[in-house]
Amino acid sequence: MAAKQLKEKVGQVLEKYQRDKSALIDILHDTQSEIGYLPKEALEEVGQGLGVPLSRVYSVATFFKAFSLKPRGRHLINVCLGTACHVRGADKVLEQMEKELGIKTGGNTPDLKFTLDTVNCVGACALGPMVIIGEDYHGEMTPEKVSEVLKNYN
Amino acid sequence: MAKLKSPGELEALRSSILKKRDPDKPCITVCNGTGCQAYGSKNIAAAFQEEVKRQNLAAKVDVKTIGCPGFCERGTLVVIKPKDIFYQRVRVKDVPEILSETIGKGNVINRLLYTDRTTNVKVTQEGEVPFYKRQMRLIIGNNGLIDPTSIDDYLAIGGYTALAKALKMTPEQIIDEVKKSGLRGRGGAGFPTGSKWETTRKAIGETKYVICNADEGDPGAFMDRSLVEGNPHSILEGMIIGAYAIGSHEGYIYIRNEYPMAVRHMRIAIEQAEACGLLGENILGSGFSFTIKIKRGGGAFVCGESTALMASLEGRVGEPRAKYIHTSEQGLWGKPSNLNNVETWANVPLIINKGADWYSRIGTEGSKGTKIFALVGNISNTGLVEVPMGTTLKEIVFDIGGGIPKGRKFKAVQTGGPSGGMIPESLLDLSVDFDELTRAGSMMGSGGMIVMDEKTCMVDMARYYTTFLEGESCGKCIPCREGLRQMKYILDGITEGRGKEGDIELLEELSATLIDASLCALGSTAPNPVMSTIRHFRNEYEAHIKEKKCPAGVCTFEAVKVK
Amino acid sequence: MVKLTINGRDIKADEGTTILYAARENNIYIPTLCSNEAVAPYGACRICLVEIKTARGRERLVTSCIYLVEEGLNVQTDTEKIRKIRRMLLELLLARCPDSEVVQDLTKKAGLEKTRFVEQTGNNKCILCANCARTCEEVVGVAAISLAKRGVEREMTTPFSEDFSEACIGCGSCSYSCPTGAISMEDKNRTRVIKWPHNTMEFKMKKCSVCGQYWAPEKQIEYIAKTSGTPLSDYDACPDCRE
Repeated sequence: MAAKQLKEKVGQVLEKYQRDKSALIDILHDTQSEIGYLPKEALEEVGQGLGVPLSRVYSVATFFKAFSLKPRGRHLINVCLGTACHVRGADKVLEQMEKELGIKTGGNTPDLKFTLDTVNCVGACALGPMVIIGEDYHGEMTPEKVSEVLKNYN
Repeated sequence: MAKLKSPGELEALRSSILKKRDPDKPCITVCNGTGCQAYGSKNIAAAFQEEVKRQNLAAKVDVKTIGCPGFCERGTLVVIKPKDIFYQRVRVKDVPEILSETIGKGNVINRLLYTDRTTNVKVTQEGEVPFYKRQMRLIIGNNGLIDPTSIDDYLAIGGYTALAKALKMTPEQIIDEVKKSGLRGRGGAGFPTGSKWETTRKAIGETKYVICNADEGDPGAFMDRSLVEGNPHSILEGMIIGAYAIGSHEGYIYIRNEYPMAVRHMRIAIEQAEACGLLGENILGSGFSFTIKIKRGGGAFVCGESTALMASLEGRVGEPRAKYIHTSEQGLWGKPSNLNNVETWANVPLIINKGADWYSRIGTEGSKGTKIFALVGNISNTGLVEVPMGTTLKEIVFDIGGGIPKGRKFKAVQTGGPSGGMIPESLLDLSVDFDELTRAGSMMGSGGMIVMDEKTCMVDMARYYTTFLEGESCGKCIPCREGLRQMKYILDGITEGRGKEGDIELLEELSATLIDASLCALGSTAPNPVMSTIRHFRNEYEAHIKEKKCPAGVCTFEAVKVK
Repeated sequence: MVKLTINGRDIKADEGTTILYAARENNIYIPTLCSNEAVAPYGACRICLVEIKTARGRERLVTSCIYLVEEGLNVQTDTEKIRKIRRMLLELLLARCPDSEVVQDLTKKAGLEKTRFVEQTGNNKCILCANCARTCEEVVGVAAISLAKRGVEREMTTPFSEDFSEACIGCGSCSYSCPTGAISMEDKNRTRVIKWPHNTMEFKMKKCSVCGQYWAPEKQIEYIAKTSGTPLSDYDACPDCRE
């Protein structure tokens, strides 16, 4: 994203929250939605716009799991590792995902198609193991179903 | 909608809403909670709406999307009112038939009915479904009656009557009532709610805050999700009453980022309440003003801890602080703050409406009212279960939960999430009661109840929870950060075949340090899964260490294989 | 004035002071690692834990650096339980920073030769006490460094661990406040080099117009001039030559 565009987008988010320092986490959420991830320039803009030291913005951005300081793939895969999903075999699903995509958890596929990550419970435990891709919830996942499900995404 | 300026205007609005509704007109309610959405419920609701339009049936039948009523195992749930015909496992292809057969001809579709496992009889009515019948669904029952994005629906079932009643009482009277009810916090600690309100009210300072903890970090627990998604107004009503009693004019609802629908529905509810004058300046003409803001979490289990949550609300990292001075005295921005869990707030309108005497007759001596549990894992009926305190674990797991599927045997049930403990078969007669569960080495926790069968390895579960907690530790204090790191190494070793003599003792020693020296409850309760599995399943640990065997057949002992 | 007892001794202390402060005023030793008088107490290392019994009879373990004195409080600083906890904390710390001389020394004093735990590799002496970040924020006021990430990944660093920080003025307060020497500072020739666990920065030093000594980083001087509203020229000479 061009520097000017990034500055504008961050500015809009800051205005939405009335430059409230305490809204830092919500501001980072919205900024990440706009840009796709949180590049250094975005964190600098947020810090300057709020009057918060960059070190604090950086601390908050790296403390919370929701934020990514690296670009992410088009499709964000979240394998649920909540307890209910765990007792139904979620780690085998994750293993298979890693194998299929050829990447480790937390990484992107080289073509930036997929990002593979984990989440600790989305509250859909009846259908565990759960895999969420973008906004799609895929329930009752098994290692065998992984390849099929991934085919649905371009 | 014009702002309501008095309780009288509220009642007038309610009457006018009810007048426009025909209680006899059939209404197809489709569950649209996150669980059922994973089954494709959005398509089902859309299909119904399309078909009704296409067949020109709008005059004959309404279609409504509702929040999660809790029987998640059987989603998508469709209940046809007013007869309460209960259809389960509904798919899009069933939609035309439901309209033509059930709405058109009044016939029930047998294959969509629930079959009672013991009698093999098909159940037609929602209230007769054994899963629901054995519960006392005082709080979650309302989820089935309303579209959570409609304040009219909430008003139609009597919503905000408690608020109108409370505004006619004095703050002291309200606090007294909540104290008398015996309500204890539903977030896990079980602190007496009325006392907390009283302390906050009495604390020094003009500015006070009221906070709702909707972070629900325990993996496998989704009671709060279903309440925020399915009946957001009930939480708002509880908070406004609480704020009035405490003397607070500013409230926050902290919702975990992993619950986008909950955030959306709560936003809509707040907008609606503000439009009606139920939030904002001069609520119902009482002179009391109160506003609520939503703030999202960032994906940190530790932010379920009250001081970490407040740090997060202030825009800082979720680092807890010592609680030698309570947050009721010095909380958010150093001001007196009252933090309660979602379910706690949802109980308040009930207590005000029905009275403390009525409420305190439900439950046990030390634990009043009902509790919603998320019954998940290796269980036949996965879903949300609301029972009076004092119900035994056996009843919940077997009578309501339907026991263990695939013909397997019950092994243990984990209550209290990562801060709780395993309860083996020998203790299944324990009743859900704050003090009884704590005495047994577990705790009530927020309500997560994870059932495990014989193919679950208890050492693996201890390793799972320790890994989870290590990843969620904020990293501030040495015992939690370094202690969990080392405990994880040991447990990884045991499950991979590298366990050695002395490992159990070292785990126990580390556990004692975490319990005594940790800064917050994440660290001090982190040893519970490990300690309770050592206590009740020590033989499994020993098999892993001495014989390099996993009795449940889960651990693959890579290290031994490589050798 | 508040009356309490520490290790059986009757002590008087001002209201609003911590147990640690009261103990030190009375020459009672309580070990600490993350405590620093210049900044607000943090309560992270847990080494200063003491056993207390309140006037009402409630017994608990609290960090003496944060807990305020109370009337009738009974404090024990060196019980068997406390010694056991301290030993364990140091043993864990030794596994984290096996190369730190300070930690090695403290552990030996506690009666431990080595650690039973898995050692972390990489010559990292940082115990995450955050003295540096807290000093930088609360005393210096620039907040150039902070604790990033969380849990076992937690680290002390500049944003993005860059070898550059706009905010850092090279004052070295962080290095002074570090109890384990995890931050080193060296003034060599005309440059100051500050090394943190994950990044290194160099600062050009200002030359004294009188004696020719390189006496402070230019950036630090600029910062002082700016915040005090004094002209930069006031600092052409070093403090010794300014008289």
